Amino acid sequence: MTVKHAPEAAIALGAVSAGRRAGPVPWYVSVLAVVAFVLPLLENVPGLGWLASPFQRIQLTYGLVFGIAALGFNLLLGYTGLLSFGHAAFFGGAAYATGLVVKYLHASSIESFLLAGVVFSLLVAVAFGAVCVRYTKIFFSILTMALSQVLWALALKFFWITNGTDGLRIPTPTLLGGLIPIPEDKVRFLSFTYYYYVLVVFCICVAVMWVITASPFGKALQAIRDNEVRAQFIGLDVPRYRGFAFVVSGVFTGLAGALFAPLNGLTTPDILHWTFSGKIVFMTVLGGFKTFSGPILGGVAYNYLETYVIKTTEYWQILLGAILVALVLLMPQGIIGTVGWLVDSRRRRR
Amino acid sequence: MDVLVAQLLNSLLYAAVLFLIAGGLSMIYGVMRIVNLAHGTLYALGAYVMAWGLLRLAGESGTEPAYLIAFLPVAAVAVAATGAVVEPLLLRPLYARAEEYQLLLTFGLLLMLEDVMRYIWGPTPLTASSLWAAFGTLHLLGATYPAYNVVVIVLGLLAALMLWALIFKTRFGVMLRATSQNRRVAAALGINVSSVYVQAFALGCLMAGLAGAVVVPIQGAVLGMGVDALVLAFVVVVIGGLGSLEGALVGALIVGVVRTLAIQYFPELELAVLYLIAAGVLITRPAGLLGRA
Repeated sequence: MTVKHAPEAAIALGAVSAGRRAGPVPWYVSVLAVVAFVLPLLENVPGLGWLASPFQRIQLTYGLVFGIAALGFNLLLGYTGLLSFGHAAFFGGAAYATGLVVKYLHASSIESFLLAGVVFSLLVAVAFGAVCVRYTKIFFSILTMALSQVLWALALKFFWITNGTDGLRIPTPTLLGGLIPIPEDKVRFLSFTYYYYVLVVFCICVAVMWVITASPFGKALQAIRDNEVRAQFIGLDVPRYRGFAFVVSGVFTGLAGALFAPLNGLTTPDILHWTFSGKIVFMTVLGGFKTFSGPILGGVAYNYLETYVIKTTEYWQILLGAILVALVLLMPQGIIGTVGWLVDSRRRRR
Repeated sequence: MDVLVAQLLNSLLYAAVLFLIAGGLSMIYGVMRIVNLAHGTLYALGAYVMAWGLLRLAGESGTEPAYLIAFLPVAAVAVAATGAVVEPLLLRPLYARAEEYQLLLTFGLLLMLEDVMRYIWGPTPLTASSLWAAFGTLHLLGATYPAYNVVVIVLGLLAALMLWALIFKTRFGVMLRATSQNRRVAAALGINVSSVYVQAFALGCLMAGLAGAVVVPIQGAVLGMGVDALVLAFVVVVIGGLGSLEGALVGALIVGVVRTLAIQYFPELELAVLYLIAAGVLITRPAGLLGRA
């Protein structure tokens, strides 16, 4: 398969390219970041108000959380070439870890939630990774799915711990150990205070992931994805690299799950089920898994898609399914890949 | 003793249904190297067609067991027809691409089919338990057991036998095995591979549809039954070996027995144990107990 819009994939492994660290930030990224940061201030601007309404900002918060999850997922799919159908275990597992520290330790700060989520997803990723990294392709997918279903089954059946299908409630947390005042109004909290909190965490995650993918470690993963045998020949310990990628990927998705828990206010077994893993895959493919920014865009776009499709029709899954089928058949490079292709072909015409 | 017999029969019942689902999934993988995530949903489709047919056409008075037996093939063939449309339309363009794409596409298909069923038959479960009761009970070795469940066990056995005969004793079976071993050589020898693929896929769907149809009198047709059945079918084929029919039979028996035991002794861990067994087999024998690597 030719990789058209991923020039970094074509870079041969070597001291020169491995030493090439993160390049300059593209202009549109800066623009988007500025827009995201000033968005809550635009609420009363005529004509733009609807874009900056609390509802839209909460939607964007969900989108950013899914973006982090898909970003982590794509370290495996896009950069290492492993399709996991078990990432719900990290997302949902971290959300449940959050719910459990609330229930049993009476934790109330978001930092303790994030810590619980990260530690839990780290443990799960190490355990799953130790088992899964020896496999590739379909066996990897099925194995991750089977393992993640163990967690789902436990969450469903141990109802005296997890409240079964009712799920666990997560109250409004304190931020930065109480340094930031929490508004009384829950909507105000989610659409303003928590929006900014998620945005900052999101930016940190993107920056860290950017450094990881541009590091020699990231290049090694891409080498393994492109040619496992050659990667072995030049001395890379393939299972080890895959294992590390699996753990990093799981922790990112877990962090997203811990951020999701207070945003949603409730964790239910749905986000541990393998169909939720499928949705993370969907987001990534929607945005384009051959690029760095594709999954982020995919996470945000998927959330809008789901919200608006659910609004218009009860049968939203038909549309989502049809979009996924169309994506696979017609534009496997996703939104970013297709846009890139359009821009390229226009440039060539000039 | 009677409890033991009843539990044994329960295990067999569960294994028979699972074999029908997982056998189709495994055969499709064996011949076409496709892992069909929508397979469980096709099983649910069989259940809905069956339940709808029984309720609509047989009506309230339809407690005659004959209706039920007559409808089983109708539901199964309806699902097979769906498969015969899906394969050339959606799956064929993917054979030349990386195998991850099939998982994505069949996941999309799953989402669509789930909602199509919800659209047609509504969100409430369809049941036909009066039919189940109409079959009465049997006395076997001191245990009283529903007669219909025995019918299902026998059907499962018959299906396994017929499938074995089809694959190992007929001309079509030779073509199927040849295609599964080497698609290009089979094509070079004059086998119409596209036609074998459609038939293999439809046959797999037929089995899934039959499985769905036979469980209707026992548990009805419910939304979401397909998604859960798929993961259990995966457990079965992973234990037995992806692509191996004997493996699917052995896997179904193991899962049937383990599940019955688990429900009896530690109900909370019922599902978790099954997934752990699958993971354990994949770790120790990646190709499954009876699979060829």
